[in-house]
Amino acid sequence: MLSFILKRLAIAVPTLLILVVLSFVLMYAAPGGPFNSDRPLPPQVLANIEAKYGLDQPFWKQIVDYVTNVVFHFDFGPSFQYEDRTVNDVIAQGFPVTLTYGFWSFVLAVVVGVSLGVAAAIRQNSWLDYLAVGVSIGAQVLPNFVMAPILLLIFTLWLGWLPGGGWNGGQWQYLIMPVIALSTSYMASIARITRSSMLEVLNSNFIRTARAKGLPGGRVIRKHALKPAMLPVISYLGPAFVGMITGSVIIDIFFSTGGIGVYFVNSAFNRDYSVIMGITILVGALTILFNLAVDVIYAWIDPKIRY
Amino acid sequence: MLLNIDNLRVTFDTPDGEVNAVNGVSFQLDQRETLAIVGESGSGKSQTAFAMMGLLARNGKASGQVNFDGTDLLKLSPRQLNKVRSDQIGMIFQDPMTSLNPYIRISDQMAEVLTLHKGMSKKDALRDSIRMLDAVKIPDAANRIRSYPHEFSGGMRQRIMIAMSLLCRPRLLIADEPTTALDVTVQAQIMQLLADIRDDFGTAIILITHDLGVVAGFCDRTLVLYGGQIMEDGPTDPTFADPTHPYTRGLLRAVPRLDRTDDELLTIAGEPPDMSRLPQGCPFSARCDYVRNVCPNIPPELRTFDGNRRRACHVSREEVTA
Amino acid sequence: MPAYSSDAERLIEVGHLAEVQGRSLWADARTRFVRNKAAMAGLFLLFVVAAFALFGQFIAQYERDTIDFTLIGANMRQGVPSIETGHYFGTDASGRDLFARVVQGTQISLMVGIIGALVAVIVGTLYGAIAGYAGGRTDDIMMRIVDVLMSIPFMFVLILMLVIFGRSIFMLFLGIGLISWLDMARIARGQTLTIKNKEFVEVAHATGVAPFKIILKHIVPNLLGIVIVYATLLVPNMIIFESFISFLGLGVQEPNTSLGALISEGASNMAYGVLWQLYFPLIFFVLTIFAFFFVGDGLRDALDPKDR
Repeated sequence: MLSFILKRLAIAVPTLLILVVLSFVLMYAAPGGPFNSDRPLPPQVLANIEAKYGLDQPFWKQIVDYVTNVVFHFDFGPSFQYEDRTVNDVIAQGFPVTLTYGFWSFVLAVVVGVSLGVAAAIRQNSWLDYLAVGVSIGAQVLPNFVMAPILLLIFTLWLGWLPGGGWNGGQWQYLIMPVIALSTSYMASIARITRSSMLEVLNSNFIRTARAKGLPGGRVIRKHALKPAMLPVISYLGPAFVGMITGSVIIDIFFSTGGIGVYFVNSAFNRDYSVIMGITILVGALTILFNLAVDVIYAWIDPKIRY
Repeated sequence: MLLNIDNLRVTFDTPDGEVNAVNGVSFQLDQRETLAIVGESGSGKSQTAFAMMGLLARNGKASGQVNFDGTDLLKLSPRQLNKVRSDQIGMIFQDPMTSLNPYIRISDQMAEVLTLHKGMSKKDALRDSIRMLDAVKIPDAANRIRSYPHEFSGGMRQRIMIAMSLLCRPRLLIADEPTTALDVTVQAQIMQLLADIRDDFGTAIILITHDLGVVAGFCDRTLVLYGGQIMEDGPTDPTFADPTHPYTRGLLRAVPRLDRTDDELLTIAGEPPDMSRLPQGCPFSARCDYVRNVCPNIPPELRTFDGNRRRACHVSREEVTA
Repeated sequence: MPAYSSDAERLIEVGHLAEVQGRSLWADARTRFVRNKAAMAGLFLLFVVAAFALFGQFIAQYERDTIDFTLIGANMRQGVPSIETGHYFGTDASGRDLFARVVQGTQISLMVGIIGALVAVIVGTLYGAIAGYAGGRTDDIMMRIVDVLMSIPFMFVLILMLVIFGRSIFMLFLGIGLISWLDMARIARGQTLTIKNKEFVEVAHATGVAPFKIILKHIVPNLLGIVIVYATLLVPNMIIFESFISFLGLGVQEPNTSLGALISEGASNMAYGVLWQLYFPLIFFVLTIFAFFFVGDGLRDALDPKDR
């Protein structure tokens, strides 16, 4: 198992490096530096600023410095737009928020999605199955940017039950709508995947064997069917994670939750490259780590995978 | 009498209408007796076995009676039926590659049978399981029991299946084409193993197969199914020596033999029947060489002759055997 | 041209025969598809949405970029959807006819979806077929690259690119295409591996047909079924991608618009009671996505009946 993890890490590290270099090259290739604005600065001032941020150095020195700082000091450098803030400050401020509602969204999507899918498969062609299939088909056309205004319309404008935005330290009233908006479509996908893989497993020969052994129905499901039925769901968790992190941008804008997404978009409009890069790299690192975890879980469940 | 099946019917609800897989099959089985159910694919032989064990697919329905030791298995609740499965009736399946759960160690798959039915501790169950693996000649069973199914060959997996089905010493073992998916040499070994089990444990066996070569020398009695109905049934030796039904004759002729010099391998002309559109009369009439006008329209009755043989055919015995 | 031995010719005929039998497979699939109510409803919906996008501009009473200055600021009362004023879907905050704008939004969303899916499918199929056919180390390296690319959150890279190189439809296509070909490549490779060992491919190989020609003439046509299914399911995802970017204001730029941009606009004006600005684009968005998903699911079930 350990060698398997190490092997995976051996892929993860270069992936991350590629991501860092790619975003750096993109930034470097940008037509016009970050300080070219509508009112051109005097050349001397511009030179001073560029010297301050190290932009006068040759390309290879810039990139080596940047990578060294990121990798060894976890330092993404200063923001290009706000003199008094570093990229680390921005991340420290926004990331806990994103992590909080992201975590709950993920848990909600997986728990509800899997339960719904399993229940639907066990009671195939019952009202529960039709309900689950109906809900999951309906919800797949409700991506976060559609769910968010609909929720806001219902719970804030019409019913007045929930605050229309803000964070307030993550109180539940402020957490509910972001979590639901972010998780709905993934919950639906997970339910669909679970249902169809569960149905396939329940039709397999080894489940017939388990029944021929006289095992009670519940035990057949729990001990014999659940593990294999979860494999496709586990494969889907990686993409779902990426999707949710991407969707957090919408959530932060729509509900003013103050996560990293809002900084990301603001920086995008302000050409604050260091912040954009910092966030992209952070998100990339998270994704890669998450995929690593998913691979490990998969290998742990499926004995046919050789480490 | 161990098993008495009376007028068993199995139907499936499909998008293309109702399919009748088994149409009124009746037979009996004594303690320690060995019965072969023979037929082509789609003859209803496997569905007969699944119906007995309550293992039909979700859209399948069984009617009639399956009296096992005096209780009608078809009337039992799922919970009561679970007590019979594996404890009283063991079953092994056609495809050993997919019949064991690939995600669970052999030890757990075997031990759970004993902890469930016999209330054994995990440790005792494991010890008995190893002993049973030894009995089916799995080398180094004590260590290999910790392995996963994919670490064994097909023949070994079928041995494991057999060991697993025998753990509770059931009185009846149903073997659904146990050798079909295996190499010829392995086939012989598995059949030898089943014969040993019959002799050592005194288990009654129902062997479901399409391979008549396997039946001779192993089964006391042979029952020939076609289109979900019994065509002919009787003790194996007279039935094979003197088949009285056109279908049985066709089947026996189709068995490749070394002692015959014919260049051509004989086959039965035509296709196996479409189970959703069976004729009203004899299902074999469409392919039968002796077919009469009555055959497709009126079902032949299953009549007893020679004391313990049965046949269902409109054409007389003399005419078929002539 | 290499001379075929007669055996080889016969086997190539078998290959063609398989294609002919394949045609009856397609006929079967069509029967199953037509019998599938949800899929037929989806197809019907798709025609309705397409007709709306294509011919809507002839029904609209106003140009999509005509600003009615008398309505600015009085939108809540005077911009209400009505048959009489000719603003069937009402007007937006600048007094522009929402019907005409939804027509254009649907057009652009459909176009982005279809072209994006096409790009992804073409690149992905070729890449996957080449990797699968080549096998060995080439395959290993090509698929490892896919693995690496898959674990990069491309939406962030795309936003970065849109910011750096400016916002344009071309960048959008490029970016969306970049994100989406990876899955297709994996699927195509898997299928290629099974097709590769069929007789007609081996014969073509043995008789010296160039590898790339084999891929184009023998492998790709046999991938068609799965490619069509995947493409149909990819279109709505492309539309969702585009809408996402446009929702952030980084996609299609004024005066042009897409469903995502319109939803964003409607959502931000929600509090002023002009809810029609949200409803109409939302309805067309949801209908379009629904239609594609139903048709895609129907196609998959029709071509792969075991899933029922």
